[in-house]
Amino acid sequence: MRIRLEPRGQQSALWAYGSPVLAVILTLIVAAVIFALLGKNPGHSLYTYFIAPLVNATARPELLVKATPLVLIGVGLSLGFRANVWNIGAEGQYTLGAIAGGGLALWLHDSESHLLLPAMVIAGVLGGMAWAAIPALLRTRFNANEILTSLMLTYVAQQLLIYLVVGPWKDPEGYGFPQSRLFQEAATLPILVPGTRIHLGVLFALLAVGLGWLVLSKSAIGFQLKVIGLAPRAARYAGFKEPRLIWLSLLLGGGLAGLAGLIEVASTVGQLTTQISPGYGFTAIIVAFLGRLNPVGVLFAGLILALSYLGGEVAQIELAMPSAVTGIFQGILLFFLLACDLLILYRVKIEWREAVGARP
Amino acid sequence: MSDVLAQLVAAVLTIMSASTPLLLAATGELVTEKSGVLNLGLEGMMLVGAVVGFATAVTSGNPWLGVGAGVLAGACMSLIFAVLVLQFLANQVATGLALAIFGTGLSALMGAKYVGHAVTALPHLRLPILSELPVVGTILFGQDPLIYVSFLILAATSWFLHRSHAGLVLRAVGESHDAAHAIGYRVIFVRYLATLYGGAMSGLAGAYMSLAYSPSWSEGMTAGRGWIALALVVFATWRPARLLLGAYLFGAITILQLYIQGWGWPLPSQFLTMLPYLATIVVLVLISANRAKVRLNAPACLGKPFGASG
Repeated sequence: MRIRLEPRGQQSALWAYGSPVLAVILTLIVAAVIFALLGKNPGHSLYTYFIAPLVNATARPELLVKATPLVLIGVGLSLGFRANVWNIGAEGQYTLGAIAGGGLALWLHDSESHLLLPAMVIAGVLGGMAWAAIPALLRTRFNANEILTSLMLTYVAQQLLIYLVVGPWKDPEGYGFPQSRLFQEAATLPILVPGTRIHLGVLFALLAVGLGWLVLSKSAIGFQLKVIGLAPRAARYAGFKEPRLIWLSLLLGGGLAGLAGLIEVASTVGQLTTQISPGYGFTAIIVAFLGRLNPVGVLFAGLILALSYLGGEVAQIELAMPSAVTGIFQGILLFFLLACDLLILYRVKIEWREAVGARP
Repeated sequence: MSDVLAQLVAAVLTIMSASTPLLLAATGELVTEKSGVLNLGLEGMMLVGAVVGFATAVTSGNPWLGVGAGVLAGACMSLIFAVLVLQFLANQVATGLALAIFGTGLSALMGAKYVGHAVTALPHLRLPILSELPVVGTILFGQDPLIYVSFLILAATSWFLHRSHAGLVLRAVGESHDAAHAIGYRVIFVRYLATLYGGAMSGLAGAYMSLAYSPSWSEGMTAGRGWIALALVVFATWRPARLLLGAYLFGAITILQLYIQGWGWPLPSQFLTMLPYLATIVVLVLISANRAKVRLNAPACLGKPFGASG
């Protein structure tokens, strides 16, 4: 018996959508095994982790809240990844967005103006863009790999945030905790559904999905991003300007990550602290791939990964399971997804006996 | 006078210790990349190597067993990567990122109960007479053996790549997998071995951190060293000898940061912690700006999948 890969010659539309589904199912199977290895009842654990948050009426809105930053960042990254621009420093751009927008709120901490929030949103976007502009400049001017520069800047951003909240921006009445003062009401995103934590940011995420879809499938820019990713030489021949697309990818990704950071601190967190993200910027990479680098897909993928965070929190409390399990599931999900994507371009043939005249 | 000298010796010792994990991980990655495979998951492999090494040393009481376990763990991690990119033709960048995320989570889970544990660190070399020589004694003959091993590994790797037939095959596979395949070399097999070597070295680097450098385990303790090691390979323009320079430069920057804090400069510590990361960016820019040099030295098939043939 031997297993052979046979090129399909064209992409399989069925498997382009079937692969993420298969990957999620396989991840759940492995999750059950991991639960068993940790000495927990797999059935009960799977239920607690992946179903309970959906059944529970108070937890369900939280899914949207958690998905918001993931979707926002994921949409931006998916556009860039299409063009082979590997911005993996979204976590840093998210942090800078939070610092820029949150900093504005702290600076104007006795303002009750209605213009404060819009100004914070703009500052957040610009903060993220500025941080992403560095790898864009270094890549286009100096040919420096954006994977490494954007990631290094993430560490720098985290140190900057720590410096600010233990130093100049520390809450004077915070008993020395590493956190800023709480944002006033005018600097907090309004709640959309009373009794939940669903805030205005959820709408921003939906808007980003819509606009992202428009850009990717209806605009010349979206077309150029796709072509340069699939066939760089054809793109160059067609006269597409690569540096411009690199700038665009990074600024879009950075701006949306910055927006996500601002939204997070101006809603659920409500202040600047050292703990403003459970790794949203990195998880959004998985969201982008799981969503097939398509903004609409990113929306669904964001909800699935949000469930993994929510389930992780529930499991931590009810099953006494370390929160690190979430990261493992996320990594495994991406592994399976990448493996299943083979099915898009290749048919797997199992030959039970050697065919006559088979290649040596 | 002797006080200053003693301080200087201490500084050299800590710099060597801080540079060793970078050197080990970068040496392994260099071989992987020379075969045409780009594994970005160093950070994840190092962390798993660190925690497995630490856990093994704690339970067995033998740090050397821990080192072995760390090497094995790193290799196992890279095997996941190798199967995905070589067998399933997965995108190497995405798979490497997945490996980094997975390794970070896995190490945190495995290490949860070892945080704050004490471990028998790797013993330092003690040679009669030689180790007691003033100044050079401790530097040359009195450190933990893995530091010397890291030099040996670098020299052996350099010899292997540029002086042995097998190394020539490996480089050929990295430069043009189609040509290498046409001559009859087993491209996938060579890449498996090169990737496993990279994983083993990352595992060793991780185990060094948790058993000699720190020696302790804490979540995410490699703090980006896996990524810095990746940058070092570019810095060295894929030539082993230059890795030594790069690794020691970064080791020195890491330690310098601690000294500056000790001297009581009014600079907040967070800005000093940024130094190695900023230095990585600067170095990367300086090297990459010379496009011709990078293109000349980078393996031509780096990151490209080798098609499914039978």
